[in-house]
Amino acid sequence: MNLFLDALAWLTDPAHWTGPGGVPTRVLQHLAITFAAVTAAAILALPAGVLIGHTRKGAGLVGAIAGAARAIPTLGLLTLLGLALGIGLKAPLIALIVLAVPSVLAGAYAGVQNVDTAITGAARAIGMNPRQIVFQVEIPLAAPVLIGGLRAATLQVVATATLAAYTADFGLGRYLFSGLKSRDYAEMLAGALLVAALALLLELLFAAGQRLAAKRIAAPAHEKGAAESDSPREKEPV
Amino acid sequence: MIEFETVSKTYPGQSVAVADFSLVVPSHRTVVLVGSSGSGKSTLLRTVNRMVEPTSGRVLIDDEDVRERDPVALRRSIGYVLQHGGLLPHRSVLDNIATVPVLKGTPKRRARTAASELLERVGLDPKIGRRYPGQLSGGQQQRVGVARALAADPNILLMDEPFGAVDPIMRRELQEELLRLQAELHKTIVFVTHDIDEAFLLGDEVVVLREGGVIAQRGTPAEILGAPADDFVRDFVGADRAERELHITTVDGRSIAVDGTGRPVGVLAP
Repeated sequence: MNLFLDALAWLTDPAHWTGPGGVPTRVLQHLAITFAAVTAAAILALPAGVLIGHTRKGAGLVGAIAGAARAIPTLGLLTLLGLALGIGLKAPLIALIVLAVPSVLAGAYAGVQNVDTAITGAARAIGMNPRQIVFQVEIPLAAPVLIGGLRAATLQVVATATLAAYTADFGLGRYLFSGLKSRDYAEMLAGALLVAALALLLELLFAAGQRLAAKRIAAPAHEKGAAESDSPREKEPV
Repeated sequence: MIEFETVSKTYPGQSVAVADFSLVVPSHRTVVLVGSSGSGKSTLLRTVNRMVEPTSGRVLIDDEDVRERDPVALRRSIGYVLQHGGLLPHRSVLDNIATVPVLKGTPKRRARTAASELLERVGLDPKIGRRYPGQLSGGQQQRVGVARALAADPNILLMDEPFGAVDPIMRRELQEELLRLQAELHKTIVFVTHDIDEAFLLGDEVVVLREGGVIAQRGTPAEILGAPADDFVRDFVGADRAERELHITTVDGRSIAVDGTGRPVGVLAP
């Protein structure tokens, strides 16, 4: 409990909230590398996942890649990359991308594959081409699951992005590494609390985004007030 | 005019779905393919818009092989109604109806206005255009499905058991609505069903199919009911069923039609 109070004292010390090593700077750095890693993973994995979900081919490949990538210890990979690429952000960024890809891939693939084939079949039968089916039918209907994949990836990356401080003076991980080195456990705990708060915040944002996507894009029928003037669920004679 | 020329379809690893099927569907007529499951009736329907490619044989629309046509353009030129409506759940009713015209390049606004008019045409309140398919009853969804099929003003309508999933009273209403529409629009309709009464009600011509797309009999409803070609057809149309055997009895000077069980079913018009 004492340590916890020390951490709170550390957090409320105005000296820690200014300058290049201050909390706001570190939080922004942490968010920046999280955002960069998830964006890169999305660019790589979203098209692949959507394509696999659409063609229903290569599902085994997804399983293999996701399984293998999940089994890679991120710290080990970072050490390896760090040795190869040296000090800087390149190594942690790549490691975080590897960490994020499986979740994004699985979300995109599962979301698109689970779209009812009766709906995509009908879209094809009335004359949508494959591209239109993907962009106008499958992706909108898969949006909540797809965002779910991004949400899982973001959560993993934001927690693991502390490792960026392993090879660079970057992000909230810095408090963990420097606190460990100087046995300043208050600083360490404060850093950990900041990471946890950030993860929680992003989680809440994504949960809201997912709900919004479900309501507005995938299943607007269940949105309240979809039929503004008259009540939508009233059954009328045909 | 739609022509099936010795169309066969074998699905890989399965028995023959359709073998050597030939049929001419004249323009502006309703031809009903009727058969139980396994008769290949849906497969045949889907060869017309290239949702299914025949293993051998050809399908011609106005003397042109459908294989010469781009499948996407072909499908946009043919109205298609499915059993469960096949509406896009994330689009409003109006946008669902406007789908094909918009794909073909009609400005969205004009397509929506036309869609709203089509809603009235199929007997729906245009107000429901803002709703989503999930908010409609099964019967309403089917009507929207018909409106969507008509939106691009196609010459041909393909209807794959469109009223199979709605309750009998609703089905009857939808059938009558279709007859009314067809009297105005004169489309070339290929209609698939397993319900012989529906076939007799809607078809100018009825094609009774046995397993594997073999034609058991084709003709007008009266021809088939009056002279079933064989026991299969007799059984299928229920020619021996008591309610098909009508007799006339005279009660108080009026001619009453009575079925085989002695139940009165109607009065002969004077």
